[in-house]
Amino acid sequence: MNILNFLEEFTSENLVNKTSSRKDALKTFGSLSKKALLVSIPFGLAGSSKAYAFQDQNAATGALQLALTLEYLEAEFYRRALDSGVLPAGSRAEAVYQQISKHETAHVEFLKAGLGDNSLDSPQFDFTAGGAFDPFNENSTGQEVAYAQLLALAQAFEDTGVRAYKGQAGNLMGTAFLTPALQIHSVEARHASEIRRLRADVMGYDLDQNALGWITLDNRGPGMPEATAAVYEGEEQITQGGVNLVNATAFDAVAVSQAFDEPMTGQKASEIAGLFIVS
Amino acid sequence: MKKPLIKVQPAANAGIDCTNSRRNFLKIGSMAVVGSGFLLACSSDDDMLTPPVQPGAPFDLGSGDLGILNYAYALEQLEAAFYTNVMDGAYWAGANAEERLILEDLYKHEVIHRDFFKAALMAAANGNADVVLPELEFDFSSVDFGSRDSVLGTARILEDTGVAAYNGAGSLIQTPDYLVIAGKIVSVEARHAAAIRSIYLEDPKAFAGDDVVDANGLDLALAPPAILNAVKETGFIKTEFTANQLPTG
Repeated sequence: MNILNFLEEFTSENLVNKTSSRKDALKTFGSLSKKALLVSIPFGLAGSSKAYAFQDQNAATGALQLALTLEYLEAEFYRRALDSGVLPAGSRAEAVYQQISKHETAHVEFLKAGLGDNSLDSPQFDFTAGGAFDPFNENSTGQEVAYAQLLALAQAFEDTGVRAYKGQAGNLMGTAFLTPALQIHSVEARHASEIRRLRADVMGYDLDQNALGWITLDNRGPGMPEATAAVYEGEEQITQGGVNLVNATAFDAVAVSQAFDEPMTGQKASEIAGLFIVS
Repeated sequence: MKKPLIKVQPAANAGIDCTNSRRNFLKIGSMAVVGSGFLLACSSDDDMLTPPVQPGAPFDLGSGDLGILNYAYALEQLEAAFYTNVMDGAYWAGANAEERLILEDLYKHEVIHRDFFKAALMAAANGNADVVLPELEFDFSSVDFGSRDSVLGTARILEDTGVAAYNGAGSLIQTPDYLVIAGKIVSVEARHAAAIRSIYLEDPKAFAGDDVVDANGLDLALAPPAILNAVKETGFIKTEFTANQLPTG
């Protein structure tokens, strides 16, 4: 994938058409192109060398440490998003980010307290992923493109969070942490739904099948960079508990896949997070 | 004397701190005063009840994972029946495009969940239909399917209830595969709840509002007795069943 494809996906026709020509949009991406090679690396692969090394092999502790790492990532992302000036003041987006930021910060504190001596310090994050993104408009990307990236990364982080918590539920069975983890999991799903709909609203495709709050097949949705495809791999399941639900119901694979969210392994979740972790 | 249609155990502590959640959740009762009255009136007349599977005794959800699956099946039957009515109603027919799409998807998802549980239960019961919750009968006479407030207000309650129910039942599940399945469904219920809240409530933070997410950033979680009592108060479920053997954690 080359930089032009990347730009096309990230700026999206609606966003570009609103205020500027494609040419202008490309110009604003000038500084980004230097390090744009990273863009061609999917989420699920780029992070593998930096995948977080968890300190404890105990399944429940490891699950909570993975959760804490993802919460650190989200908490810092939303905090910096709100400080960046990219979100329009007084907008729905700002209110949504404020509410999510409050929750992610609370999740960090809750998990730190729960882990006690097994808690981890926050990693250092790089939300440009080595220069591929500029969600806080710190590298002269321009407000509009930064805003699109801010929304796209939020959706990727929330959907990753939902899948990661789901993937760890089995490791928490029989512990006092299962119920709180489930309670965090559904909050992440509320966030994921709202961010998806907010993104659709801002970018003008809110009647799109992929923009109603749930995941269709393994579609990442319009305007999401191809690099985020790993977040949605495996979401297209139509068989649950051995029952092919397209055959068993009157509905198609689109509806059936939407009706169930799929888990993600801890390895994959840490690889995705690792893309944004410096150390 | 009047008696509850859905008999449940005393609210046993399932290891969940429900203090905040319960307070918020009680709103479900006040939303459905009409339905509740109907239920109580109805329950004094046994002739109006659906005949139980075993003569003389209402169906009991059962124990262990089978009981939890039956419990989930009851809630999914309720949601599916509600949205089936929504799709036949005047409000949906005239709603704006976004709300039509969202409600139609919710209808599809909940019917799929219901049909999934029916199939999963038959498998879990080795084909013994006697231990699988029968198809329930519903009474939505307290809902005005021509009214946006009534439809979206009820949808909000049902979706938040679904989230609270799955979150509260997770620790009662013994089979890891069932826990994962419940997790696959609860996040979709949470996506629904957020979308309904977002289109219905004015507050842009309502999708995960402070009335459902506490200071620790935790969503609702309620054990089966609390959920079943709240559902009972809506009056939506006509068919009598009991939940005397569900695990309590």
